[in-house]
Amino acid sequence: MKTVENTSNEPLVRVVKRSELPYGKTVLLRLAAVILSLAAGGIFIACVGQNPFVIYKTILSGACRSVMAFQGTVKIMIPLLISSLGVTLAFKMKFWNIGAEGQIIFGATCATFFALFCSGWNHVVLVAVMFLAGIIGGGLWGLLPAFFKVKYHTNETLFTLMLNYIALHLVSYLRDGPWMDPGSQGFPKIARFDKNASLDKVLGIQFGWLIALALVAGVYIYIRYTKQGYEISVVGESQDTARYAGMNVRKIVLRTMFFSGGICGMAGMIQATGSDITLTASVAGGVGFTAIIVAWLAQLNPVSILIVSFLFSVLEKGSSVVQSDFGLSTDCADVLQGIILFFILGCEFFVRYKFQRAKSASKKQTQ
Amino acid sequence: MKKLLSLLAASAMAVSLCACGGAPKEEAPKEDSSQNTQTQTDAGEEAGAEADTQAEGGNDTAESGGTQAAGAGVMPAIAKEDIKVGVIHITDPAEGSGYTYTHDLGIQGMQKNLGLDDSQIVRKNNVNDTDATAIENAIRECVEDGCNVIFATSWGFMDTCEALAEEFPEVIFSHGTGYKSNGVNFNNYFGRIYQARYLAGVAAGLKTQSNKLGYVAAMGQENSEVTGGVNAFAMGAYSVNPDCEVYVKVTNSWFDPEGETQAAQALVDLGCDVIAQHCDTPNPQTVAEQNGVWGVGYNSDMSKDAAGAVLTSVMWDWSVYYTQAVQSVIDGTWSGENYFGGMADGLVDIAPLSDICAEGTAEAVEAAREQITKDGFNVFDGVIETNDGSTVGTEGSTLSDADITGNMNWYFKNVVVK
Repeated sequence: MKTVENTSNEPLVRVVKRSELPYGKTVLLRLAAVILSLAAGGIFIACVGQNPFVIYKTILSGACRSVMAFQGTVKIMIPLLISSLGVTLAFKMKFWNIGAEGQIIFGATCATFFALFCSGWNHVVLVAVMFLAGIIGGGLWGLLPAFFKVKYHTNETLFTLMLNYIALHLVSYLRDGPWMDPGSQGFPKIARFDKNASLDKVLGIQFGWLIALALVAGVYIYIRYTKQGYEISVVGESQDTARYAGMNVRKIVLRTMFFSGGICGMAGMIQATGSDITLTASVAGGVGFTAIIVAWLAQLNPVSILIVSFLFSVLEKGSSVVQSDFGLSTDCADVLQGIILFFILGCEFFVRYKFQRAKSASKKQTQ
Repeated sequence: MKKLLSLLAASAMAVSLCACGGAPKEEAPKEDSSQNTQTQTDAGEEAGAEADTQAEGGNDTAESGGTQAAGAGVMPAIAKEDIKVGVIHITDPAEGSGYTYTHDLGIQGMQKNLGLDDSQIVRKNNVNDTDATAIENAIRECVEDGCNVIFATSWGFMDTCEALAEEFPEVIFSHGTGYKSNGVNFNNYFGRIYQARYLAGVAAGLKTQSNKLGYVAAMGQENSEVTGGVNAFAMGAYSVNPDCEVYVKVTNSWFDPEGETQAAQALVDLGCDVIAQHCDTPNPQTVAEQNGVWGVGYNSDMSKDAAGAVLTSVMWDWSVYYTQAVQSVIDGTWSGENYFGGMADGLVDIAPLSDICAEGTAEAVEAAREQITKDGFNVFDGVIETNDGSTVGTEGSTLSDADITGNMNWYFKNVVVK
């Protein structure tokens, strides 16, 4: 009787969690996903009437064909890499910080205050103060949802998401009002920063790339080898365990979100003062969201984040060259990016789960 | 089970995040287009700056007179086959109407006039003009591609052009609708669109039966370009119909499809029977058509969007400037001065009048056109009465370009802000 019930209610195929795959097999699976995604992307490119091999080659060469091109790629990578590292801290703690965008913007806004109104300061002091302002600004923007989370158990996903729009409109307000460029005669924009208030270049690129690389090492060590990093993982796994072990969960959540937001805020500051040399509403420009994808694709591993964010930048830089060389809309790059993400995220599913036929599934595996 | 659920939640999360990641990019074009329009706004200012630059330019020529032949340009000549033109567009010309489309028609016209090969034009489309890094990357890619003349068509590109002109002194940067210039390899170009608006005002003034004209304005009184356009339109209408009033509704955005629709509808509800516009979408014209009234389009010929309503459209022909600029580079006469063309140059005009225009419109418009192109009438001539009872200008003179582009902060006497 019982078995009859079972089979009649069972779907034909069911999803079952896998036991851990061996490392080699995981790598193979991911490699297969990448190749499949390139193939599927190739079919798409062929459908719009281009040769996929030529397009892929142009993407690569467009991103790396010259020193100038490579510098452009790195410039795209800087904010993406830094904010991916930022959100990683929160994600390690299973705190869904969707607010990197807002933290980037608010960090940039705080730094901009000094860039606009203290541009006469000593260069080194000014840059240091702007860094601090960016970190504190972004940190506070991240602390806000964390505070309400620990105090009132608000939903941090919605909270951080909504703060993005507040930060964005704050910039619009400043641009149209108090910070409007007096030289623009009524046109709403913020003035380009004084040279003194912009970051210096190292090897032709603003020195944010050095900071980004240092942060890769810093976050790696912080997560792996420090007590605070360990606390983050424990809280992420189970808050009860953390409490049982005598950890102050509230303090850890608040501290980690401050760091997470602070790093994102620094990304904003670096973008505004190093690359944009002004503050605009698109200072984050979607980077805060892409960072989330990068962080997850890289399995929250800082070294993998470095690689993934570089590949994303290559795709973005290269597809812009494809646009002008082949007249292919840059929207096609977004489609390609979507296809690649689809396969790679899909592959993560197969790394963790497998399909099982109904018959063999009747052994209570899922429970 | 709980773990499985949380993992599922996590992966769902990741997937939905991807979705989020896409969204901001889609928003970008809107901002872009809004800025496109802004570009136009500032063009006015450019004129003012232009005057200054011209003065400086004069000095330059004087100084360089010793080493160079008179009339020689400030940049070395480039052979026609070595010319490579980069174009930075804020949106995609493939849209088929509006700002970027109009600019690209100009580029295509230039290419045809000069007989350049397709490979000599590099287009960068959809460059968000609020994203300084994206702008810089696009321009650098043009330089990398070997471009020696770069046209950046939107106002927001100006500061980046200025900075890069310094970094690449051998490349010419020509920026649309702004006001800055370095007198050598960086200038701005714009035009006297108010002249075309005056003609459109004539057509509208003759057509109206309620004597109420509506005007959907992107920006308010403090914006010289928009306000100048309103005034020229109002003065054109006044010249043929002194009883009519122009009701202005400001959307405070260069690109706001919904707001433009609402503003146009509000104007119709106020009794306006001709809807003119200074904003990006053809929505005001479609609103006019739906309500059985008439309108005047802008940028491209909007009769294709609302054939039953559009009397004419205020239009740009950018090929006039692009051809002249590239030709001067080939000839070695590039001056680095700002450009501010008008109707006599063919840079601005109105679209062919529709059949629905009132009788006698063609003659009246033609007469006004003659005044502007032949008799030196510059719309803002003599003493002009404003709508707050004061006056602007002096008898026997015309407003300076600097005033037209930078200080047009008053409305003509028949303008009513709603």
